[in-house]
Amino acid sequence: MERQQTPPGTVRVTHQIAASGTRPRYSGPTPPMSAATTLSRWRKWRDRFFFVLFFASVAIGILGLAALVIDVLTDGLGALDFSFINSYPSRHAGESGIRAALFGTIWITLGTAAFAIPIGVGTAIYLEEFAPDNRLTRLVQLNIANLAGVPSIIYGILGLALFVQAFALNRSILAGSLTMTLLVLPIVIIVSQEAIKAVPGEFRDAAFALGANRWQVVKTVVLPLAIPGIMSGIILALSRAIGEAAPMLMISSLVFLTFIPTSPGDRFTVLPVQIFNWVSLPQPGFQAVASAGIIVLLAVLLSMNSIAIWIRNRYQKRY
Amino acid sequence: MLRTAALVSVLTTVGIIFILLKETFGFFQIVPVWDFITGTKWAPLFEPQAFGVLPLVAGTLLAAGIAGIVALTLGLGAAIYLSEYAPDRVRRIIKPVLEVLAGIPTVVYGFFALSFITPLLQSILPIPVIFNVLSAGIVMGLMIMPMVSTLSEDAMVAVPRELRDAAYALGATRFEVATKIVVPAALPGIVASFILALSRAIGETLIVTIAAGATPNLTINPLESIQTMTAYIVQVSLGETPQGTLVFKTIFAVAFLLFLMTLAMNIFGRWVVRRYTEKY
Repeated sequence: MERQQTPPGTVRVTHQIAASGTRPRYSGPTPPMSAATTLSRWRKWRDRFFFVLFFASVAIGILGLAALVIDVLTDGLGALDFSFINSYPSRHAGESGIRAALFGTIWITLGTAAFAIPIGVGTAIYLEEFAPDNRLTRLVQLNIANLAGVPSIIYGILGLALFVQAFALNRSILAGSLTMTLLVLPIVIIVSQEAIKAVPGEFRDAAFALGANRWQVVKTVVLPLAIPGIMSGIILALSRAIGEAAPMLMISSLVFLTFIPTSPGDRFTVLPVQIFNWVSLPQPGFQAVASAGIIVLLAVLLSMNSIAIWIRNRYQKRY
Repeated sequence: MLRTAALVSVLTTVGIIFILLKETFGFFQIVPVWDFITGTKWAPLFEPQAFGVLPLVAGTLLAAGIAGIVALTLGLGAAIYLSEYAPDRVRRIIKPVLEVLAGIPTVVYGFFALSFITPLLQSILPIPVIFNVLSAGIVMGLMIMPMVSTLSEDAMVAVPRELRDAAYALGATRFEVATKIVVPAALPGIVASFILALSRAIGETLIVTIAAGATPNLTINPLESIQTMTAYIVQVSLGETPQGTLVFKTIFAVAFLLFLMTLAMNIFGRWVVRRYTEKY
């Protein structure tokens, strides 16, 4: 607004509006410039200032991520070579490796998948396609949402008391896989339900109209269309299982393993537990070894997430 | 068959509650509930033993509080930027990058706190020991920030275009539209995202175990070493404590309290959304 073009009356009115608003800017004698101009300058300046502030929050988040990656890479790249992948842990930092932890992680991931996929997808199918819409079903649904928010360490305590002790599975791969199954089950169920919900009702109606029964509709119409969504949910849940340390710390404990587990009854360690072990050692050399382990862990997770995104983009359909 | 699968999740809840209650009950037959809840000294591993849980609760809340301040500031700022300022192209790149933060394993954050943030803080603040709750809290805040930003942004995007247009037509700036129209309308979603993120921080284990220390400490000084409830559970379960002893039972009592705290926050968070969400 140009000062010369502003009639005196307008100035007073604008000033009054501003004064009765939230932020009276000037309460002294008549300002040398028109109040409207001062006010809009202040508001424009404030708009710019907060734009910078809001953008800074995003930038800090991304900078934090960058700092983390650079910190891990600079500490760990030097220690990362084939002998690190292929060696057992050792008292000497230079000779330590992740062979036992890597195989333990593969065992636990496969074991978790073996239990969590049928139970999780089964629950999702039941809740979406078969369960009556009543109080009990809603209670089960609420229960699943609450389980998703239970801290992972509590699943560790559950696994320790139930699988390790009560079922006498000891600190075995089987006990670890079962504990991890309970932990990721809510994720598998919730994501699978979303995928099943996304299949349009008309498709089901068409199949029903052709005389298919409920189970045939699920098997031939719903599941084939929901599989990509379910798959990316399963990968997401398994990458959570791979990175989770707290419950595995309780089930496997800080064991010093120099063999590869060969059966579900064997003792095990996993990558995050091995990394925790190294991080808590005071000798300086182990920081590099811990970072090298972190690089491997992040590489595994990154490739799994890429696969999940690829599946989603490749097979995602809009109806 | 399928119904049996659905039963597993119900049995999980029953199992958690049964196991925690059973051992906690055994613990309270020896240590009075009142002493546990109001005691200001926690030393089950030393003689004379003391079972006041308040230092652990204070440590947990202090760590989660610092994380909450970091996550609310950054997360809300990021959500406003993404929903009100960012062009669609920029938003599609930034959003997944921020969400990577939520997918990084907590043990990696613990390492980051200890090897990067703590030395950085020590160079500007007088921190006596390497373990301090400030470093752990800041890193935990970074971890839960995407939770706040994603859920808040979802709530902001749901605010109808017409409300914004009306404010712009009255001459409002983008900042005024964001703070006077969008944020108030999306407030239930923002509050809920904050509560759920805080609950995540309270139950987080590895970062605080690695970077915040193992000294139960009734303090509000963020530069001191503390112990959280989760870190105590880890400490005992990794130690030499025989199962079935009174000390071992303490982890169930602490876990039960933790379970109740996070459950209450999760239920409250979802209730806020249901109760206060405006329908347009």
